[in-house]
Amino acid sequence: MRKPFSRGMLHGLPIALGYFSVSFGFGIVAVQSGLKALEAVIISLTNLTSAGQAMGVAIIAAGGSLIEMAATQLVINMRYALMAISLSQKLDKSFTTPHRLLAAYGITDEIFAVAAAQDCKLVPAYMYGMISVAAAGWVGGTLAGAVANTLLPVSLTSAMGIMLYGMFIAIIVPSARESHKIFSAIVIAAMLSCAFKLWLPSVSVGFAIIISAVVASVIGAMLFPVDSEETEEETE
Amino acid sequence: MSIAIYILVMAGVTYLIRMLPFALFRRKIKSRFFKSVLYYIPFAVLSAMTFPSIFYATGNTVTAVIGTVVAVILAYFKLPLIVVSVAACAAAFVAGLFL
Repeated sequence: MRKPFSRGMLHGLPIALGYFSVSFGFGIVAVQSGLKALEAVIISLTNLTSAGQAMGVAIIAAGGSLIEMAATQLVINMRYALMAISLSQKLDKSFTTPHRLLAAYGITDEIFAVAAAQDCKLVPAYMYGMISVAAAGWVGGTLAGAVANTLLPVSLTSAMGIMLYGMFIAIIVPSARESHKIFSAIVIAAMLSCAFKLWLPSVSVGFAIIISAVVASVIGAMLFPVDSEETEEETE
Repeated sequence: MSIAIYILVMAGVTYLIRMLPFALFRRKIKSRFFKSVLYYIPFAVLSAMTFPSIFYATGNTVTAVIGTVVAVILAYFKLPLIVVSVAACAAAFVAGLFL
């Protein structure tokens, strides 16, 4: 049996490859939004999340308020709290509070999904191995994208602006295909978000997304409450 | 406003969301309604972020819509994230060459 750290690194490798291509798109968007390459890299290193970072850059570009920034990050990244609760049930005794404080940094959708699927208790070294490789892919892709933006032709970099959204679609569409409940929530959220853009353009983009997502989720929860087995499943 | 302050708030909030439950939480959420809301949140957030923003993501609505359609079709057939993402970009790029 491999040592936990190298086993974690091995499990982190496919995650890192996926992250690289997505954060490449993030790096391009960030630079196009007026950030420096170094700033984009620092955001990726300190946040390690796709949707939250994309939203954060949009708020920075729009000169939004810090309250808007904090509120959007809270709502967009709320799912991590649930994943953290779920993972906390699986931790080995060696996972003392300092280890928890450190490993919490690396709770992402993909890392959660892989860690949650392990049939043994989680030890810190395993989590560190996986997180370090995945984070390297995420940060490296951001740097590559930010630098490539200045080297590649505009026709290509502008097309790359769609990559991050392409990944979001790749996450939500297969789930919508399987579940009419999720499909409904997705359609309601998209319609509300489009309605804000069309009829209430004065509402800033961050708040428009929070309101759309929370209202759609509450409607979904009222119309189609889910069973506990469904909430146990990893969703993203 | 300084970008450093934005990044600090962004990273601080994101870390606390992960850290507080991970370090402190020792029991399970019981409320079915609350669990249901949390279940829908990731999908609703991604959907609200994607639409309508994706239509402006390439600077040209026509190429963006073509990229979106390609992404939705490939995602419907459950292709991997990277494939969907790169194909959407490629479709928008190729469409842009003809416009």
